[in-house]
Amino acid sequence: MRCIAGLEIQTNRHIYQNERLISDLPTSQRDFGIVFQSYALFPNLSCFENIAYGLKNLRWSKNEISARVTELLKLIGLYSHATKYPSQLSGGEQQRIALARALATSPNLLLLDEPLSALDAKVRIYLRQELKNLHRRLGLTTIMVTHDQEEALSIADKIFVMKDGRIMQSGSPEEIYTNPSNPFVANFIGMTNFIEGKVKDSNHLDVMGQTIKCDCAGFNNHDTVKVAIRPEAIEFTTFSNEKDQFRGIITDIEFLGSFRRVHIETSLMPNEVMIVDKPINEKSKQKITIGNEININLTSNFLNIFKSDA
Amino acid sequence: MKMFGFATNKIATDKSDKIGKILVYIYLLMFICFLILPLLALMSKSMQNADGNFIGLENFVTYLKEPALFSSFFNSLFVAVVSTIIVVILGFIYAFALQCTCIPLKGFFRLVALVPLLSPSILAAIALVYWFGNQGVLKSILMGNSIYGPIGIIIASVYWTFPHALMILSTSLSLSDARLYEASEVLKASKFKTFLTVTIPGAKYGIISTTFVVFTQVFTDFGVPKVIGGNYNVLATDIYREVVGMQNFQMGAVISIVLLIPALFAFALDQYSRKKQTSQLTSRAVVYSPKPDTFRDTVLLIYCLIITVFVFMMIGMAQFGALVKFWPYNLSLTLTHYNFEVAGLGWDSFFNSIRMSLYTAFFGTIIIFIGSYIIEKMRSDKQMRDVLQLIALMPMAIPGIVLGLSYIFFFNMADNPLNFMYATMSILVVNTVVHFYTVSHLSSITAIKKLDPEFESVSLSLKVPVYKMFWRVTLPVCLPTVFDIFIYLFCNAMTTVSGVIFLYSYNTTLASVSSIHLDEQGDVAGAAAMAMLIVYISFMVRGIHSIVSIGVLKRTQAWRNI
Repeated sequence: MRCIAGLEIQTNRHIYQNERLISDLPTSQRDFGIVFQSYALFPNLSCFENIAYGLKNLRWSKNEISARVTELLKLIGLYSHATKYPSQLSGGEQQRIALARALATSPNLLLLDEPLSALDAKVRIYLRQELKNLHRRLGLTTIMVTHDQEEALSIADKIFVMKDGRIMQSGSPEEIYTNPSNPFVANFIGMTNFIEGKVKDSNHLDVMGQTIKCDCAGFNNHDTVKVAIRPEAIEFTTFSNEKDQFRGIITDIEFLGSFRRVHIETSLMPNEVMIVDKPINEKSKQKITIGNEININLTSNFLNIFKSDA
Repeated sequence: MKMFGFATNKIATDKSDKIGKILVYIYLLMFICFLILPLLALMSKSMQNADGNFIGLENFVTYLKEPALFSSFFNSLFVAVVSTIIVVILGFIYAFALQCTCIPLKGFFRLVALVPLLSPSILAAIALVYWFGNQGVLKSILMGNSIYGPIGIIIASVYWTFPHALMILSTSLSLSDARLYEASEVLKASKFKTFLTVTIPGAKYGIISTTFVVFTQVFTDFGVPKVIGGNYNVLATDIYREVVGMQNFQMGAVISIVLLIPALFAFALDQYSRKKQTSQLTSRAVVYSPKPDTFRDTVLLIYCLIITVFVFMMIGMAQFGALVKFWPYNLSLTLTHYNFEVAGLGWDSFFNSIRMSLYTAFFGTIIIFIGSYIIEKMRSDKQMRDVLQLIALMPMAIPGIVLGLSYIFFFNMADNPLNFMYATMSILVVNTVVHFYTVSHLSSITAIKKLDPEFESVSLSLKVPVYKMFWRVTLPVCLPTVFDIFIYLFCNAMTTVSGVIFLYSYNTTLASVSSIHLDEQGDVAGAAAMAMLIVYISFMVRGIHSIVSIGVLKRTQAWRNI
């Protein structure tokens, strides 16, 4: 992101914006607005002056500036705070002012550098919805960097998962969540259980002597693989002798409001605890209490299989 | 998308970057001209004979063989070590009383302790002459010992270095972490044990730093030993005597280097210990607030009162001496000593001092603040800026008298294009700015570091050049610091002696220098009168400063106090 802004230099290749080569231009000649995690509002200027900061330099007339700033203040819903200093506002309000300042000069690209990370959880969720609405209304291309996976899933049209400066996967939030293309993405976005095993044949996996039904197309027999399964895709069933069922013992239950997170010790994952999320209003035939033995069913549609590194 | 051209690995620059780049080179050039080259001139002078031919280290050999000269080194060392021990102990107890007890009148005691900052260092020496000199009031309590010599130098040095020590020590004590005290109390440690295991270690780096600062100040001081040293020679007075008295510039240069080396050594050790210190402080520390303790508070209150009395004794006696007709025979009051006739300079030197101090404060503040901004915030030329930062720290290690002497050697060279500055006001101003550069530079850097690092990026993204942002945001936000630098430079320029003693000319005599000359010619009352004038003007300017500060800062810093 700092490369797009011209604050740092890319290691190779070029950056284009609307087919215009921008990677050799200084920051001041590029067309973007930017919002930083720290807000970086000028503390000695009022909110009005902060937003007008860029306009003043464009030699706009006083009336034009005033009109534009008022419009922006109304857009972010802080019109009554125009004459206040940043230190008088809450973190969320300051971030909205920073956003208005970035939008003031009507850039064609908006860069958001972890804009919500410094805020309280509640404000963060509220503001991300605001951001999404604003983005829809303005139709402005926006690139946002975040470490909060939930945030990314909730507001992005397209997500790029990056590791050490390289793109690991790109796609819509749903694609990334349901079809991660590698274990890093699977583990990074949301919770995942990894089960290690060996390919038995094109439809079956061998895990510690037990067999899982799974589409193993593209893998050779006896390949060591990792299977990723989301906590909500694991079902508890009554005892029976069906093949895709496994036994486990509940070791812990976390109550997380709308769902319970159940920790299960199972021979499928000898080194780790299997995590299963269950909505609290779901009627389960089995009693979920610590120490209970339980039957587990892995739904084969929700399994993602990766080649193991080892 | 088209792919053409080669990727450049340099960040694209715009006008602000170019201005910054040019400024970096200007600063480098200034440092070279006004610091590096003069010092090199000094070094080369120390290796020349009277005819200007290179003779290697012969002068140093001569110096070591001359016991009269070499003994000064041990004299300097002796007074510096003794003064340092006394100041650190006295200052620590005083700082402890101000920070870690519940004594009343803390604000008053702090103010009193800072009074010596307003006066030239010679003021204490002059006051001591009145108290304990040949015709002093309390001469008898010295039991036959003379105040002219190490005793006088040590007492006067303790007086004028006390506020410097106090400032460092109370800062380090104010950073003590309340949680450690609570932990100690929970573990049932006695108060004395807590003091030894929590208070002292917490202030350790402050104590180390104070030791180095005070040692260097006393070791390199010129004014005090000049006035009250008598026949007790120290390095700084030796330099003066060699250069001014005997016109032996080479030997002056040699002694300067002898003086410079321990000062550099102390500076390097201090820097080393400061680096360690930063990791000690955590942002989670809880500020310690002391609980009352009658016995401790009473003892320390009495202690503070004694120090206060001592300060008033010094400054009061200097003023009294300046007003007395003919000490000690005719104690009626008069203003005749304010004519300064003996030196034949009248009030000119006083007004010169004010002019010089104003120039120093004005230009110095601008140069130092912009310089520190560039060093801290520019994007390119990292190595160049590191070099600048290193050079900016150097003046602190260089004694004023050494800097002054090296200026003579450098600017007096006939083929130096900067020769025109010699014997003008400008050389005094430049010398003083350089001499006091480091402390102002560091406080300026601290203020700039507090600014959000993304301000520049935001401004650039809004197409506002950095120099405009500097004017609209950086400067207004840092205004309190800028004011502090101004007043620091002004007061130091008013009181400095060692830096300028070689550099003034007939038209640019200064008050502090005149005071020394008046004393040299036996007019101690005139010297006291002049020194007191400096105190009054410093006091007045500080007063104006706080009034202006309140007014201007109220307007520009409104955002701070909401």
